[in-house]
Amino acid sequence: MKFLDVIAICEGTLVTPDVDQVPEIKGGFAGDLMSDVLASIQSEAVLITGLCNPQVVRTALIADVRLIIFARGKKPGNDILHLAKEENLPVATSHLGLYEISGRLSQAGLPSCEVELNLFPND
Amino acid sequence: MSDQATVSDKNAGMITRVEELGYELKIGQVMTTKVVTLSPETTILEALDVFKQHRISGTPVTVEGELVGIISTEDLIRALRDGRIDRSVSTYMTKDLITVKATDYIVEALKVFAKTKVGRLPVVNENNKLIGLITKGDITNGLLTALQRDYQAEEIIRYRASHLFEDIESDRTSLILRYRIIKDDFVHGGAASNNIKRALLRLGANRQIARKCGIAVYESEMNLIIHTNNGGFLRVEIEPHKITIEAYDDGPGIDDVEKALTPGYSTATEEIRDKGFGAGMGLVNIRSCVDEMSLKSSKESGTNLFMTMYLDKPGN
Repeated sequence: MKFLDVIAICEGTLVTPDVDQVPEIKGGFAGDLMSDVLASIQSEAVLITGLCNPQVVRTALIADVRLIIFARGKKPGNDILHLAKEENLPVATSHLGLYEISGRLSQAGLPSCEVELNLFPND
Repeated sequence: MSDQATVSDKNAGMITRVEELGYELKIGQVMTTKVVTLSPETTILEALDVFKQHRISGTPVTVEGELVGIISTEDLIRALRDGRIDRSVSTYMTKDLITVKATDYIVEALKVFAKTKVGRLPVVNENNKLIGLITKGDITNGLLTALQRDYQAEEIIRYRASHLFEDIESDRTSLILRYRIIKDDFVHGGAASNNIKRALLRLGANRQIARKCGIAVYESEMNLIIHTNNGGFLRVEIEPHKITIEAYDDGPGIDDVEKALTPGYSTATEEIRDKGFGAGMGLVNIRSCVDEMSLKSSKESGTNLFMTMYLDKPGN
């Protein structure tokens, strides 16, 4: 899905105007716990999260995320914006909640970028 | 090319490399020095032959090297229309000349090209002697050559980094990266991991390996920040065929190692969970990213986590 379409669908605002936009977003992932994100996100996804601290950016960088959307109107602070700019990672905000954003993007055809984990293979 | 004299910090970030080169390359570097010149006495007919022979559409007119005019195809057409092909070039040449200096930056020539209709500019020295000619084509060529040079320089740097291990001969070559991780330093948490990931990519590792290694180190880094008494150390050793990661601290040690390896099991406080950590997935994530993992922990000597990734393994 086109980068700007993703932001438009979740009624978001891009807060990193100086950062290069990527052309395509491969899929979506929503979560507040960064270990969950690292455990099962695929590359080139949009990360939708209610957590709002610099660790989200660092996690996103490790996981090759292409866009971060802070949900429920959370405003990223200067530390986050500075880091995102430095690392060239686009960040957007949306007044909608995690469920609403995920639902809208999914309905618009954005696939899930979540890998199902087989945590208890012996059960 | 913009004609603005001042560049603010804000739009400085948006200047392209080509625009930058406009202020780096000098006219003398891109101009043509082998210039066909005519003398004022040359006839229009002779000039036509010279234009045809050299496939040019304009040329400077000089007297003993000094620039006195410039004559173009348009001037020749005027002479033809008047039926005066026997007249001298001096009658039809442009005498009101715009010239540039070899020491000027190419942006100066571009400004003239943008403002006027001229297609070529004579380049003169301080004594008005002609030393070259510059056209838009010369500038384009100069820019492309400079960009090519930039590109090659960058390629060499990239090549050197990615062939580091091949260039150095020894019985066993490795690169060791060490990071001190400070307890409760959430602000910089993940910085070391991202630096390691970047180093791997620079050394030529594929994205998948860099990502997996990044995740393993990130989880280890956060564990040191959250669960230790005094922080700890990360040590990453990169060898041509494997990466060894070590995370160690001096306490307090893990009570029940087996439980700590259970997905979802966490001893993190509510405060840590509010920061997005403590999902009980750290060690589980690490195990799924590396090929070998061993965890040793005691109250006396703290926790040591060893991880190995084999670069030649299928699937990596």
